[in-house]
Amino acid sequence: MSGILTYALHYEGAFNKNSLGAVSEGAKLAKEIGGDAGVVVVGDPSELTDELCGTLGSYGATKVYRADAPEGLGAPVVDVMAKVIADEGYSYALFGGGLLGFEIGAGLTARLNAGVTMEVTEVHAQGGKLVAKRPILQDSAVVDVDYLGEPGVIIGRLNAFDVRESGDGAAEVVEVDVQLEEHSTRAKMVQRGEQRGADVNIEDADILVAGGRGLGKAEGFEMCETLAAAMGGAVAATRAVVDAGWYPYAAQIGQTGKTVAPKLYLAAGISGAIQHKVGMQGSENIVAINKDPNAPIFEFSDLGIVGDLNKIVPKLAEAVKEKKGG
Amino acid sequence: MAFANGDTPSRGTGGKVAPADFPPPVDSQGEFIKRELDDEDELIEVGVAIVGGGTAGLSCANRLLQLLADDPELTEELGEVPVAVVEKAKTCGAHNLSGAVMRPEPLERLFPDLKREDWRKEGFAFGEVDKEAVYLTPTSKRSIRIPPPPPFKNHGNEVISVSALARYQQRIAEEQGAYILTETAASQLIVEDGAVVGVRSGDKGRGKEGEELGNFEPGSDIKAKATVLAEGCWGHLTGPAIREFDLGRDREPQTWELGVKEVWKVEEPLDRVIHTIGPWPLSTSAKQGQVGGTWIYPMKDERTGDDLVSIGFVIDLEYADATTSCHDLLQTFKTHPLVKKILEGGERVAWGAKALPGGGYWSMPKLSMPGAVLTGDSGGMVDTVALKGVHHSINSGILAAEAIYKGLKEKSSDFSSYEDAIERSQTGKELYEVRNTRQPFSKGFFIGGPLVNLFIATKGKIPIRLPWHRQDEREMFIGNTKDKYPKPDGKYIFDKLSSVYISGNATRDDAPNHIRVQTDVPREVAETWAWMCPAGVYEIPDDAPEAGNVDVIVNYTNCVQCGAITAKGGRLTTPEGGDGPLYQNT
Amino acid sequence: MKICVLVKEVPDAAVEKRMDQSSMRISRSGERNLNPFDTHAIEAAMQVKEGGAVDVEEIVAVTMGPESAFRALHKAVSLGADRSIHLTDEGLAGSDVCATGYALAKVLEAESPELVLLGQQSDDGECYTIGAVVAEHLKMPSLTQVIKMDVADGKLTCERQAEYGYDTVELQLPAVISVGDAINEPRYPSLKAIMGAKKKPLDTKSAGDAGIESDRVGEGGSRTKVLAINPPPAKQAGEIIEDEDTAETVQKIVAWMDERKLLA
Repeated sequence: MSGILTYALHYEGAFNKNSLGAVSEGAKLAKEIGGDAGVVVVGDPSELTDELCGTLGSYGATKVYRADAPEGLGAPVVDVMAKVIADEGYSYALFGGGLLGFEIGAGLTARLNAGVTMEVTEVHAQGGKLVAKRPILQDSAVVDVDYLGEPGVIIGRLNAFDVRESGDGAAEVVEVDVQLEEHSTRAKMVQRGEQRGADVNIEDADILVAGGRGLGKAEGFEMCETLAAAMGGAVAATRAVVDAGWYPYAAQIGQTGKTVAPKLYLAAGISGAIQHKVGMQGSENIVAINKDPNAPIFEFSDLGIVGDLNKIVPKLAEAVKEKKGG
Repeated sequence: MAFANGDTPSRGTGGKVAPADFPPPVDSQGEFIKRELDDEDELIEVGVAIVGGGTAGLSCANRLLQLLADDPELTEELGEVPVAVVEKAKTCGAHNLSGAVMRPEPLERLFPDLKREDWRKEGFAFGEVDKEAVYLTPTSKRSIRIPPPPPFKNHGNEVISVSALARYQQRIAEEQGAYILTETAASQLIVEDGAVVGVRSGDKGRGKEGEELGNFEPGSDIKAKATVLAEGCWGHLTGPAIREFDLGRDREPQTWELGVKEVWKVEEPLDRVIHTIGPWPLSTSAKQGQVGGTWIYPMKDERTGDDLVSIGFVIDLEYADATTSCHDLLQTFKTHPLVKKILEGGERVAWGAKALPGGGYWSMPKLSMPGAVLTGDSGGMVDTVALKGVHHSINSGILAAEAIYKGLKEKSSDFSSYEDAIERSQTGKELYEVRNTRQPFSKGFFIGGPLVNLFIATKGKIPIRLPWHRQDEREMFIGNTKDKYPKPDGKYIFDKLSSVYISGNATRDDAPNHIRVQTDVPREVAETWAWMCPAGVYEIPDDAPEAGNVDVIVNYTNCVQCGAITAKGGRLTTPEGGDGPLYQNT
Repeated sequence: MKICVLVKEVPDAAVEKRMDQSSMRISRSGERNLNPFDTHAIEAAMQVKEGGAVDVEEIVAVTMGPESAFRALHKAVSLGADRSIHLTDEGLAGSDVCATGYALAKVLEAESPELVLLGQQSDDGECYTIGAVVAEHLKMPSLTQVIKMDVADGKLTCERQAEYGYDTVELQLPAVISVGDAINEPRYPSLKAIMGAKKKPLDTKSAGDAGIESDRVGEGGSRTKVLAINPPPAKQAGEIIEDEDTAETVQKIVAWMDERKLLA
């Protein structure tokens, strides 16, 4: 057995970033342990065209297995991947995290009686096999996990894998004819992807501009929103200001609010007390603006600016807009 | 020897204000006493209701169930639930904190089959005191070792954690058949026809303004043949009970002290029990009224093999400088070379704060009323010179159980035999002996000190009664004690917020505010609260005026329920069950 | 209809969680509580029962755990479950997600519920997947992170927030649903319910009683192995800029972000 089989989620003509990251990672790992970098896509063939599926080749996929089955649900994909793994002999199944990644990965694990690691942040090849790294206990430790037997299932943390273009040509697209299990047909998608504007899901945002007490007043959030808009991100808030009614609870980060790990967390007027820190310490890049040079946040920020946020934030929003050419 | 009857506090004389001038909006008897039981089918009936699952309450439960085990007839009479313990924390022990070096006899009496090694195996004891040292700290750098004055002789005593002990006692009580109702607050005392007939449990699911939320669940009346108030320092129902039954008559007012504690994991085990009696970092002037001391105790955790150190700062809440902060004084104390030698290189693993009753013998209320008794700290049974209260809690719990058992057998609700039992016991005798040994400190360190020694040396035989004063009547001024405090660095010196975090405090974000204070108060009062509170509950907005009145922000979700605010002009009322800290080994 | 609710006893959120270096497992000392997400699952079961759309004969709480886990069951019962089942066995210790799901499925098989509910994640395992594993073993359709659930005529209509927005999915019963914490506000148990919990039936089962094959569970049945526990990657000390010329500072920030491809 060899090779890595990755699942790619599609919606309205595009594969999501998370999936592309997984495909890139799968391709990289397949090169290291040998075998194909296969990708499974499931949905309506009129949407999952040969052309679209072929583009996965530019992320390193060598073969794309396409199945005509309901999209957006986990069980049908389990059936498809189980078949492909059985027929083609893949050693590992890889997922980019996110809700479906977890559901399918878990179902596949049970189907194949495989070993599974979830919330994986890194994968290494070691002696022709893969070892997965994952954080545990709220990011306070990292474990190395080995798989006993094959296949192994790797479910990545959301956006953990970088999207990498390999410069290869279009991938080969192959039809998979699968007989769905009975229970896989007993869930039906009634409506998919409904947008509900009012709820901002800060957990999915790549960029967060977070405001705290240092903003001084509720109106201070206006400049956070301007900056967030310029950067293409969302706005978050600390518990203190949510309590004070300056911003809604849905945006709260911290011990009792949400936990986030965006690519960029920009904290304006936030001291960085531990109750807040635990909610965002997993962020890839942390930038902090605070007038107090002794604010705890400067101890764990990647870039700290000691200054008046009322001056800095608006100017920063403008500079970003200019840089992005908009 | 003549003592003036204390300074009569004058009010509002230029830059000095007393918190008592701004009493909290609370009607103690009106709110916390219920005058009629609910209908039979709505209420819950138990034999004995014990309010408070700390050392005193659980000792009472343990002893009572030992007696009932040999008395099936009475057990049956008490019904399905012979003994119920009502505890507001998530588990017994979660709200308990003490030094502590405990005199062993009462616990040995309670559990005669256990040896000291068993205590350590169970995880609540950490070693017998072998070496001890007492130091004077005249400056931030110097320390002078002095021969231990009698109250500080601890040889043979055991270092324990009351938090861990309560957990152990809870387990035993459950095995003995008690119903331990955790996450349940007792919000009202039920008094009918001049007798206590039970308590009412607190509501759950109220919002910030006290409104009923979607999952609102009202409390229930718990009817009991005997009620034990073991609420610890202050106690939410104890205060109203004392007023209702005039239990404070002819006694000195109660006074309080605040202790802030940390537990550290250290590389080098500490080999002795240490007490320091100042004066640094406190001021010696009587005007400042700063009276306090510290402890440093070694703890060998047999379960994990860790070497731990318990360190704490205790200050009498009598002080007058509004910027006095017990938490920050503890941090200041840690900068002394004596402490650095012990803690540096280690890791802080716990933090907590708790008020304790300091008035001693003269301030103890009458300990029984029809249908109920007061035990432990609720009854003010703490020797604050020697820092000894745990064994009194256990002892009073045992004696309460025995008096109640006797009363129940006689079908009486008169448990006054308990009062004599306390008076004649080790507890009564010890507290009587030291009854005058704290008051002189209000004259300042240098005048008070020798007087304290005199009273100690004469073992309390001088027949005099020294008075106490209400602490909230003390005029506050904004001084410069705060200039001493070191800056937090997150590794050795800690700020209040990160300390609250490791106390495991998990109070619901939209829980109702359980702290009653007037929020429009003079700056002196606001600063008193802001500095005093170890959890940073009280905050003065950045743009508040430097003089005159300010609007105090009350971040009540930080509250670790230490009780200090009640001594200095506010009132801690019954929080929602399940809220507050989760102390493990304090 | 019979509803089974899977519950778990986990360390209290406030207890510092540690890995036991010698056993390479999560240390199980300290305060333990019913997993907060599971309280939402019980509440969901209660709301189905009280909703009236279907007739619910009983709600059964099921847990797999060491001896102390009976407390989680008592809590579940005080919140409304009619009885509980405690699967406990030395041989189950060290079971991974796959083995745990299999073991629980065996117990559920014997109960034949129409609906299985559970909280979508547990505070300690951080796996978020038990529901899907159990469903696969039981050959039932399943959905996770459900924040709205309606029952009628043998089917469920559920809503959940997925990768692209909110999905509405219909499932035919029997089904396994993992609920998110946004689905409801759990009730508080009354004192009477808390005190009465001890009296409700609690069935203790060993692995053998449930028909669980011993080589598929426990450490021996695990299909992964923890090789090492490491501290988290140390964060490099960050750069600090003191703002004097704001225009200049802002350019520095933009350059810093650009370097890291944050301005794409």
